[in-house]
Amino acid sequence: MQYESVIGLEVHVQLNTESKIFCGCSTKFGAEPNSQTCPVCTGMPGVLPVLNEDVLNKGILAGLALNCEIAEYSKFDRKNYFYPDLPKAYQISQYDKPVCTKGYIDIMSDGKVKRIGITRLHLEEDAGKLVHSDDFTNNVSFVDLNRTGVPLAEIVSEPDMRTGEEAYNYLTKIKSIIKYINVSDANMEEGSLRCDVNISVREVGAPKFGEKVEVKNLNSFKAVKAAISYEYERQLSLIESGEKNLIVQETRLWDADRQETYSMRSKEDAHDYRYFPDPDLTPMVITREYVEKLRSELPELPDEKKNRFVSEFSLSDYDADVLTSVKQLADYFEETVQKGANPKKAANWITSELLGRIEDPEKISDFPVKPSGIAELLKLVDNNTISGKIAKTVFRDMIESGDAPQKIIDDKGLVQVSDSSAIEGIIDTVLAGNQQSVDDYKNGKEKAIGFLVGQIMKESKGKANPQVVNELLLKKLNK
Amino acid sequence: MKIDENDIIKVAKLARLDLTPDEKDEFSRQLSGIIEYVEKINELDTSSVEAADHIVELNNVVRKDIVEKSIDRDELKKIAPDFADGYIVVPKIIE
Repeated sequence: MQYESVIGLEVHVQLNTESKIFCGCSTKFGAEPNSQTCPVCTGMPGVLPVLNEDVLNKGILAGLALNCEIAEYSKFDRKNYFYPDLPKAYQISQYDKPVCTKGYIDIMSDGKVKRIGITRLHLEEDAGKLVHSDDFTNNVSFVDLNRTGVPLAEIVSEPDMRTGEEAYNYLTKIKSIIKYINVSDANMEEGSLRCDVNISVREVGAPKFGEKVEVKNLNSFKAVKAAISYEYERQLSLIESGEKNLIVQETRLWDADRQETYSMRSKEDAHDYRYFPDPDLTPMVITREYVEKLRSELPELPDEKKNRFVSEFSLSDYDADVLTSVKQLADYFEETVQKGANPKKAANWITSELLGRIEDPEKISDFPVKPSGIAELLKLVDNNTISGKIAKTVFRDMIESGDAPQKIIDDKGLVQVSDSSAIEGIIDTVLAGNQQSVDDYKNGKEKAIGFLVGQIMKESKGKANPQVVNELLLKKLNK
Repeated sequence: MKIDENDIIKVAKLARLDLTPDEKDEFSRQLSGIIEYVEKINELDTSSVEAADHIVELNNVVRKDIVEKSIDRDELKKIAPDFADGYIVVPKIIE
C-alpha cells in the first residue's frame, strides 16, 4: 500500500512596526527585560488598547501579496488561556473574521509548479518570553513582557503539502514574499518568523485525512523538513503495525538534538479557548479604495520578477529563481546588467562565482565588489582582454583589494595574449617538451590535445587566449 | 437551560477555581437562574437582525505607529509578586 503525509503549516511573522500592536511601547529587539512595557501590554485593569494602523496596513499588504481576499469587515477576539506569558489571561487575536482569507502561493515541487492554498491570515499580539532557570532546585521561572503585544500575522495554509520538500519550499517562498514587501524581518533565528506543522498520514488518494498531530518548537526550515520526515515514519509504522489508534490528535515538540518529536499535550488537556469579540477594540471596516491604495504600494513580487527575468533577459528558470529569491540579490543582478553586462553572463557569474562567497545574499550590498565592478570585469572577458579563467583570479583580487579590474590586470600584467606570434612561441616550446603527447595525438588519441592545451596555458600563466591557442595548436599538429 | 454540576466543574477548571461540593451545588443553582433569566431574550424574533460584534457604533479606531514612553521598571516591580534582575518571578512553569 502507498502512503502519503498531508501537511499544513501555520507561520507566524512578526510585523516590523516601531511600536506594539495595541500600545506605544517599542518593539525593538534585545532591550533590557521588561523595559518596554506599559499598563496596556502588562494587562492592567481598566486600560484601553488601540490598534496600530500600520499593523493593519502591513497585514493587508501581506494578504494581497499572498493573493488573499481582503475582508470588508474584520474584528479582534479574545482567546482565553492561563499562562504567565500573557498577564491578561487572554491573547487578542482574530477568530471567525480574519483580515485576509482564501489566498495561495505557487511553489516548486519535483520540478513542477504546485499551488498551495492559504486558508487565512490574521492579526494578533505576541506573548511574553519565559526564561527557565537552569538551576532545578530553584522553583521559579522568569517572565519578560517586552515581546507581549508585539504584532504578529499568522498565515495558515491549506493541508495541500505532501512532502517535507514542499513544506520547505513553501516556507522559503513565504519568507521571500514577506521580505520583498518589507512587512517583517522574517528571521527564524531571531524569532520574527515561526512555524508549526500539522501532519497526518493516509493511504494515497484516500478521501479522508488521518488523525493529525501538531509539531511545535521548530527553529529552522531544516528542522521543519526533518520533523515532517520523522512524524511520517512514526505514524506510518503505527499504521502498519495495526496500532493506528495510537495516533492521537496532540501537540508534539521537536527535539533538535535527538532529531525526534515527543508528546507535549494530550487530547484531554486540549485547550478550550472560549473566543469572544474583544469589546475594547472596534471592528475594522476596510473599504475597497483603501485596499486598492495599498495594492498600488506593492512592489514587483518574486514570481513577477522571475518571469520578467526569463522573458526580458532570457535567463533559465533556475537562474531566474535563484536570483529573485532574495530582493537584494535581484537588485544587484539588475544593476550589473544596467552597468552594461551581458545578462546571461552576469547571471552566470553571480550564481556560480559570487554566491558561494557570501553568507547572506540579503547583505550583498556589503560585498566589496559592486555591480559596476562585475560589469567591468565581464566586459574585459567579452572583449578578450582577459580569459574567463584569469577573470576568476582578478575577481578574487577585487574582493581582497577593492581595486577596479582594469587596474589589477595592468598591475599584475594579466592581459590576455592573443598575438599569434607570442603564442606560437609558447606552443613550440611545449610541443618540443612533450613529444609523447604529440605522437599520441597523431596516432588518433584525440584526448592528448587537452593535455597539450593545459600545458600551453600553464606556460603562458593563463594569459594565452584559449581560442587562439586551440586554433594554432590544431594547425601545427595537423600539419 | 439547566446548568448541571458537570458544567460547573468544567467552567471552574477553565477558571482555575477549586470549588467545594457545597459551592458546586450553589453555583449550579445560581448560574441556572441567571441563564434562565437571560433566556427571556430568546422570545424576541431576531432573525432579521445582524449579530453585533460590538455594542458601540464605532469602527476603525486606530493610532499612528509612534513609540511612546514605556513605564519605569520600578513601577512594575512594585506590583509584581516577585521581581529579580528585571524579570517578574513566577512559580516554575512546566509544560
